[in-house]
Amino acid sequence: MLRFIVRRLLQLIPTLLGLSVLLFVWLQRLPGGPENALLPDNAPPEQREALRESLGLDEPFTVQYFSFLGRIFQGDLGTSIHTGRPVLEEFLTRFPATFELAVTAITIAVAVGLPLGYLAARKRGSALDFAAVGGSLLGICTPVFFLAFILKVVFAEQLGLFPSAFRISPALSRTDITGFVVLDGIMTREWDVVWDALMHLALPGLALASIPLAVITRMTRASVLEVMGEDYVRTANAKGLHRTTVRTRHVLRNALLPVVTAVGLLSGSLFAGAVLTESVFAFPGIGSFIYEATHGRDYPVLTGFILLIAAMYVLINLLVDISYSLLDPRVRAQ
Amino acid sequence: MGTNAPLLAVEELSVAFGGRGPAPVKAVDGVSFSLEEGKVTGLVGESGCGKSVTSLALMGLLPDRGVEVGGRALMQLPKGPEDLLVLPQRRMRDLRGSQLAMIFQDPLSSLNPVVPIGRQVTEILKRHRGMRGEPARKEAADLLHRVGIPDPTRRLSEYPHQLSGGMRQRALIAMAVACRPRLMIADEPTTALDVTIQAQILELLRDLVTEEGTAMLMITHDLGVVAGLCDDINVLYAGRAVEHAPRAPLFTEPTHPYTVGLLGSIPRLNAPRGEPLTPVRGSVNDDIAWTDGCAFAPRCDHYTMDCLQGPPSLVERDSDPGHVHRCVNPIGHAEVVDRAVLDSPAVVGEEEDR
Repeated sequence: MLRFIVRRLLQLIPTLLGLSVLLFVWLQRLPGGPENALLPDNAPPEQREALRESLGLDEPFTVQYFSFLGRIFQGDLGTSIHTGRPVLEEFLTRFPATFELAVTAITIAVAVGLPLGYLAARKRGSALDFAAVGGSLLGICTPVFFLAFILKVVFAEQLGLFPSAFRISPALSRTDITGFVVLDGIMTREWDVVWDALMHLALPGLALASIPLAVITRMTRASVLEVMGEDYVRTANAKGLHRTTVRTRHVLRNALLPVVTAVGLLSGSLFAGAVLTESVFAFPGIGSFIYEATHGRDYPVLTGFILLIAAMYVLINLLVDISYSLLDPRVRAQ
Repeated sequence: MGTNAPLLAVEELSVAFGGRGPAPVKAVDGVSFSLEEGKVTGLVGESGCGKSVTSLALMGLLPDRGVEVGGRALMQLPKGPEDLLVLPQRRMRDLRGSQLAMIFQDPLSSLNPVVPIGRQVTEILKRHRGMRGEPARKEAADLLHRVGIPDPTRRLSEYPHQLSGGMRQRALIAMAVACRPRLMIADEPTTALDVTIQAQILELLRDLVTEEGTAMLMITHDLGVVAGLCDDINVLYAGRAVEHAPRAPLFTEPTHPYTVGLLGSIPRLNAPRGEPLTPVRGSVNDDIAWTDGCAFAPRCDHYTMDCLQGPPSLVERDSDPGHVHRCVNPIGHAEVVDRAVLDSPAVVGEEEDR
């Protein structure tokens, strides 16, 4: 198992190298540069050129790339052109917010999607099944930013049930230990902080959960239906086992295998996919910062953040593979 | 007990699949047979004749919806005879695994791929015998040993994909015999195995029947299996029994043209090289419903117009009580196939419907 993990971690290196080349080429090809965003429209060309020079953007592509690589190996992802702070630092201050949001979304998706998909399969053809299948279709089809907007307007602005922006009410005093608001609140027993943070997470979490929820519902339903027709379920029934034993040990245990993979892939995509939701709810996470960085052509931020997100994606996939091999002995053997 | 009543008496069993279509499809249509302790009864026929549906109906494993089950299946239970077909699901769950058990066709797909073999054996011990923990593990190892699995303690923690085909079938048999059921249904238990393993498994089943006095229903399309194992044989065609006889008369003096055709289709070791096989021509179809005449008539070489004058009934042969057939033109002895081959059960028929 250890060898497997180490091998997978080593695979991270070529993956990220390849991605960094792609990113560099892509940014190079992009029209306009940070000088356009930083300087006023009427700035003279000499000033633009000087700025490019000071940012090192006038160097040939390969030189830029290798100096970037060299810095990475020293743990330096560069400095944000706009804020002037190190990219890694910017990432780490925003990561907890996005992490909390992604965990909220995936929790909602799993907590609702799994039972819903399972019940829809068991009561196939019923009103519940129809609602689950129809609802998940709607969930997949609705654009996330649109849903986020509707939720914000209806539940935050019209009904006033939830806050409409930020991670936490600005007036609330709290102790910052890890940067994870909910975690800090629990550690310091500041329950009002925990509650406030959860209320702030509810709407963006729900918006972000819509697609994973739909996917998980559908996958669970299909998978349970398939497994219920398997020979080994018939064998379990032929042994006279209790209904619950058959359903948990023989049906669910097998039906959840593909769902685990889906949950892993979906949670990976949530970190990158929170851009729109975070922007709508002014949620100070990675997504909204990437959005701003794209506007400002903040190359170091874009490159650094995308590389870090990619690394996280790979790590999450590794976790999925590890949990999969724990769940499925056939994978373990190889 | 102590009476002469058979362990299980199936009378006029019928199974129809309804669905939303106009007319329900009759998969099994008035099949009767009985199972006795210490004896193996064969249910023979080609694919689609209703053999597996019969077994699932007896086990109560058919789906709840869209299925009509008729007739009676009277089983002698410790508390007196009861009709398996009308028992509530909860009671059937208690009986399955403890009083009646089943061995399935494809051992790999019939075992849960993500649960260790040991667990799959102990779960039945826990359910019906209340055993758990170390005693259950020990009993499971004993069971595996009993069905001929070497190094059983190690196998307990292994998964189905780590076992060979023959061992998987042995493991399934171990689960079936775990609670010493009085009745065992084997649904083509050797189809997925190669010939040498087939022989071993059949021998194991035979031993279980003689040692434990279990009654066994052997469902197969393989006449080699029948010849080697069954005491009593029912030949099914399109959901109805067409011939029923003890082993010897069925093989030496078959009277129904379908049985004769099945026997004739077995390849011979002593046949001249290059001689074509003689199959039963055509395939199962429902061009003729049993209510109109003999459903086998379209494939039969002996049919006359009499065959289509209403449903043929099961009649007993005058010369041979216990040998019944459903045919208006039964075949006389003169035409019967060369029987030299049938003396050796080792000649396992190539499955005719692979």
